[in-house]
Amino acid sequence: MLRLLRRRITSSFGSYYSIQWMNNLPMAASTLNRSVFLGVEPDNLDRSSETFASNSELMGDLISQLQSHINKVMEGGGAEAVKRNRSRNKLLPRERIDRLIDPASSFLELSQLAGHELYEEPLPSGGIVTGIGPVHGKLCMFVANDPTVKGGTYYPITVKKHLRAQEIAAQCKLPCIYLVDSGGAFLPKQAEVFPDKENFGRIFYNQALMSAEGIPQIALVLGSCTAGGAYIPAMADESVMVKGNGTIFLAGPPLVKAATGEEVSAEDLGDEVHALAIGRNIIKNLHMAGNLTVSQNRSTEYKEPLYDVKELRSIAPVDLKQSFDIRSVIARIVDGSEFDEFKKLYGPTLVTGFARIYGQPVGIIGNNGILFNESALKGAHFIELCTQRNIPLIFLQNITGFMVGSKSEANGIAKSGAKMVMAVSCAKVPKITVVVGGSFGAGNYAMCGRAYSPNFMFFWPNARISVMGGAQAAGVLAQIEKANKKKSGVQWTKEEEERFKAEVTKAYEREGSAYYSTARLWDDGIIDPADTRKVLGLCISASLNRGPENTKYGVFRM
Amino acid sequence: MSSIALIVRRRLRRNPTILHYRLFSAKPVSENQKNQRIEKMLIANRGEIACRIMRTAKKLGIQTVAVYSDADKQSLHVKSADEAVRIGPAPARLSYLNASSIIEAAAKTGAQAIHPGYGFLSESAEFAQLCEDKGFTFIGPPASAIRDMGDKSASKRIMGAAGVPLVPGYHGEGQDIDLMKAEADKIGYPVLIKPTHGGGGKGMKIVQKPSEFVDLFLGAQREAAAAFGVNTILLEKYITRPRHIEVQIFGDKQGDIIYLYERDCSVQRRHQKIIEEAPAPNISSELRSHLGQAAVAAAKAVNYHNAGTVEFIFDTLSGEFYFMEMNTRLQVEHPVTEMIVGQDLVEWQLRVANGEPLPISQSQVPLSGHAFEARIYAESVSKGFLPASGVLHHYHPTQLSSAVRVETGVEQGDVVSMHYDPMIAKLVVWGEDRAAALIKMKDSLSKFQVAGLPTNIDFLLKLANHGAFRNSEVETHFIEHHKDDLFYDSSDPTLVQKAYDAAKHAASIVAACLCEKEHAALKECNPGGLSLWYAHPPFRVHKYSTRTMEFEWNDGSPKPVKIFITYLPDGTYVIETGESNPPRLEITVAHLSNLDFRVEVGGLSMNVNLAVYSKDQTEHIHIWHHSNHHQFTRKMGFEVSDDDETHSKPVRESASHPPGTAVAPMAGLVTKLMVKNGERVEEGQSVLALEAMKMEHVVKAPASGCVSGLQVTPGQQVFDGNVLFSIEEK
Repeated sequence: MLRLLRRRITSSFGSYYSIQWMNNLPMAASTLNRSVFLGVEPDNLDRSSETFASNSELMGDLISQLQSHINKVMEGGGAEAVKRNRSRNKLLPRERIDRLIDPASSFLELSQLAGHELYEEPLPSGGIVTGIGPVHGKLCMFVANDPTVKGGTYYPITVKKHLRAQEIAAQCKLPCIYLVDSGGAFLPKQAEVFPDKENFGRIFYNQALMSAEGIPQIALVLGSCTAGGAYIPAMADESVMVKGNGTIFLAGPPLVKAATGEEVSAEDLGDEVHALAIGRNIIKNLHMAGNLTVSQNRSTEYKEPLYDVKELRSIAPVDLKQSFDIRSVIARIVDGSEFDEFKKLYGPTLVTGFARIYGQPVGIIGNNGILFNESALKGAHFIELCTQRNIPLIFLQNITGFMVGSKSEANGIAKSGAKMVMAVSCAKVPKITVVVGGSFGAGNYAMCGRAYSPNFMFFWPNARISVMGGAQAAGVLAQIEKANKKKSGVQWTKEEEERFKAEVTKAYEREGSAYYSTARLWDDGIIDPADTRKVLGLCISASLNRGPENTKYGVFRM
Repeated sequence: MSSIALIVRRRLRRNPTILHYRLFSAKPVSENQKNQRIEKMLIANRGEIACRIMRTAKKLGIQTVAVYSDADKQSLHVKSADEAVRIGPAPARLSYLNASSIIEAAAKTGAQAIHPGYGFLSESAEFAQLCEDKGFTFIGPPASAIRDMGDKSASKRIMGAAGVPLVPGYHGEGQDIDLMKAEADKIGYPVLIKPTHGGGGKGMKIVQKPSEFVDLFLGAQREAAAAFGVNTILLEKYITRPRHIEVQIFGDKQGDIIYLYERDCSVQRRHQKIIEEAPAPNISSELRSHLGQAAVAAAKAVNYHNAGTVEFIFDTLSGEFYFMEMNTRLQVEHPVTEMIVGQDLVEWQLRVANGEPLPISQSQVPLSGHAFEARIYAESVSKGFLPASGVLHHYHPTQLSSAVRVETGVEQGDVVSMHYDPMIAKLVVWGEDRAAALIKMKDSLSKFQVAGLPTNIDFLLKLANHGAFRNSEVETHFIEHHKDDLFYDSSDPTLVQKAYDAAKHAASIVAACLCEKEHAALKECNPGGLSLWYAHPPFRVHKYSTRTMEFEWNDGSPKPVKIFITYLPDGTYVIETGESNPPRLEITVAHLSNLDFRVEVGGLSMNVNLAVYSKDQTEHIHIWHHSNHHQFTRKMGFEVSDDDETHSKPVRESASHPPGTAVAPMAGLVTKLMVKNGERVEEGQSVLALEAMKMEHVVKAPASGCVSGLQVTPGQQVFDGNVLFSIEEK
């Protein structure tokens, strides 16, 4: 087997071995060893080019637009609601989280723009703040209602965001801390909130299942906790309730007491700061050593990339028709810009290889064009390698799709693509997807789109997602429409056809944007390209909070 | 200045051989041992002076024996000695004043000599006599000289006979209150009431007008009785603009007596010296030799040998000086003399005790430069210099050099107990001239870091910085005359605002330093192996990490200081206080070591030192930067630290009390109740007396009304802040 692999490695014979070494040797030795092998990405960026300048400018505009949207949602439900909240001696959800996580630690907030332009009325961050941060050295998932946004009620997207947080928690085995301050389901939209499988009831179902799996469920009742919401503390392993502010309408405070035994009295301490401190203590006292094997890479030694991460803002074009070398992105997110490429010359439109991010070994799969047979086979092969070695996978999506046409079909592109999709689907290593450009068609599947349950998925502001490009869709739909019209004997004028195409293109334009995606939780957030390395590092760390799992593949069609 | 190489060995960590018990008592001292040179010496004292004496003993190869009370078992003087003997429980009268235990300790350990230091038994003629009787060399003057000078009335008679000038007064035997009052009226007010025995300002009272006489006289009697066992009092004319000038003399057993110039000890509070200097400024060489000769004459009149100090009161208005008293011991402030004459006076004491003649003659005594001593006390300046007790959570004396000495008997972590004098250390500096020495003193004071209990360091700095002090306008009422400059006037809104702004600026720096320290600690411990999550600065998606820190600046009345911190990606902190003043600051911090930082604020880079400790559920933070020292507290939230000293201490009253409640201003012993529960009192009327640090403090009625809740009894121990009684209006 080893010999076979070795033969298959064309350009990166040495680097394959360096990975073997790295897994067995202490860091210092492997770093030393690494420098012997050629793996450092060259600096191929032409900083004086027009492309660089225009990319920088366009991306700069996108980022400042993004920042202004972010600034808006950071204000919560607006000055008036915030003031009202303060007058009750209550903190805002992000302030609550800041006090819960360890001092001076990082917080990875998810889906900040959930609900963006989704409803007639604004729903900043979907009315709920979710994210990951450490408490007493243990990573936790936070789910915090924002009482300043529609009284913390659950819109459909609020439910979806809550469930997504629970999904991540279950996947990464992160203790959940629910900061409850909610008026319950948003009644006017009850039909989209209440009855279905992935609706409100699923929250409690998830709590039950996670608790059964030994993933701690902690609720801090910091405000109202109405009706169905009362089940969040009731279903929790431990709950804390602020006397005065925290109210449970379903059965009143005795419910919490019965469920939990914890009660905070106003006489003793007063405000919710104490409740938050009790929350921290509960996490401190979780003894999960027996249940969860944390396989964090404890090495704190790593090299920063050789190139400025801020240049990521100048690499990806906003116009997705332009191509760029994904290696220049990889060079700015991996340690020391060291990337040991796997089968560089075979199927070159898919770039695969090994690297480290903050010391943690990763396998990276990135697009450098359309997927051909060979690219897909190489991808499947590389995924197999990583799953066998328990190396997390990073997908850098910039994909227009699989190659179509008679030659490709004859060569079995569907089967090749299916192999890669099979490998992606079954791989049980942590998978993180970042869409740095386009995410179109079946390419989205092969590159671990949302349907393939990556542990995390992020968009760059320039990214776009749809089943195909707007122009192509317009063309396909126009053809069908034209045929239909012809059948019914209607003559379609050139102008009418153009108008039809323009409408389709416009709809695709709108529905394919990163905002449209993030508003609907098709991803876990839009990130600044310059933050990619950091976000990936935190996501890998969170994903490694659970022990390794064995991968079992289905039937590969040969 | 060769002997100024007396660098203080502050951290002697030798294990003392603590002799609780010896199986075989040493052989009784026989006569032939008497003329032996001293090879082993017992130091019948504690604190800095015990350490100071041991230092010279070690230099001379003399073995040292420390004695200690139960309160001092772990003290520096015990650790510094070759051997140490327990002599009794904490109260001084049962230990350091217990002559027989000390003699027994000397016998046990085979010491040939006993050095009494200052205070305690140093001026007890009985003890000096007992030492000699038991065959131990008493390192000090002959018992007869102590006896002659110890009784202030008798000493003045002898001095008068010897032609030494005296202040008009009453030194009679009759102590009848009416007689005393009549004598006081005769001398003319203001009149000074003074116990005939003892010193250090204990029991001294100034009577400004006849109506005050009786109360003060009785108080002085009580304090004298408590402190010295003798309650006789003398009266003197009170000189309005006096200076306290004292002459260091030294005599040998051959009968030679020389003077080592004078010291000015005018700057005093509560009649105790806090800054001394040598030589005295604005004294002509002619006057200097007059003073010296008068002092030598005084010493000769009592056949003095060893170290002694003759104190004069110098009338700045007339230029006259009068004999006050003679201190028959080594003085607290002897180092300033050592600095200007370049001699080790303890070494001289030992040589004279050995029977050697003085090493130099009068004409050979050098006079070089100028020296200051600043006494660093645990005391609360704002509460009228009330002695304080507590734990020295942070103790970093200033940097030492050949011209900067620190005499201390404590280490970080030690307790300054209420049983003894609350002096923490003496800072001694030398310079080519007064101005040069003053600069060094100011610098050293600003770098003298003590946290855990209140000290007078900031006050000493204010004194040293005062123009009148710089101009040598010293006099005993210096502090009172310049109180407007020296004390912070909390009723002046401009001053208050200025101080508050400075505190906020300091708090901003504190916040940045605490963040940086926290970062270093996180890097060190790497919680959960999640180093990435604790990387600096903390990561947030699409925003900067921010946090707030809430401090309380306690300056009479507690004022909150809220600090908003933003972590910039490059590690800089943006600090805002939510107010326009001080403005938004950008601070970068380099963490040098544990609590030492190099901080850059607005292009200005400086050293910053912090002290952090927790007490009573509160985090106490001190900051030293430039010449500033600020102190803040911070609620520890609800995560209680393990080293909070409240765990092992009785709960104290800390909440504010309703009006009319009297709380103990300091920890101490109740000595006397003047009224009973339910009795009607007027505002300001004395209710009870407390004694701590050998000082009596009278607690007065805060309002007129009936005393209620008075539950303490004489002899009872109370703690700082305990409720003593309250006044109910009826």
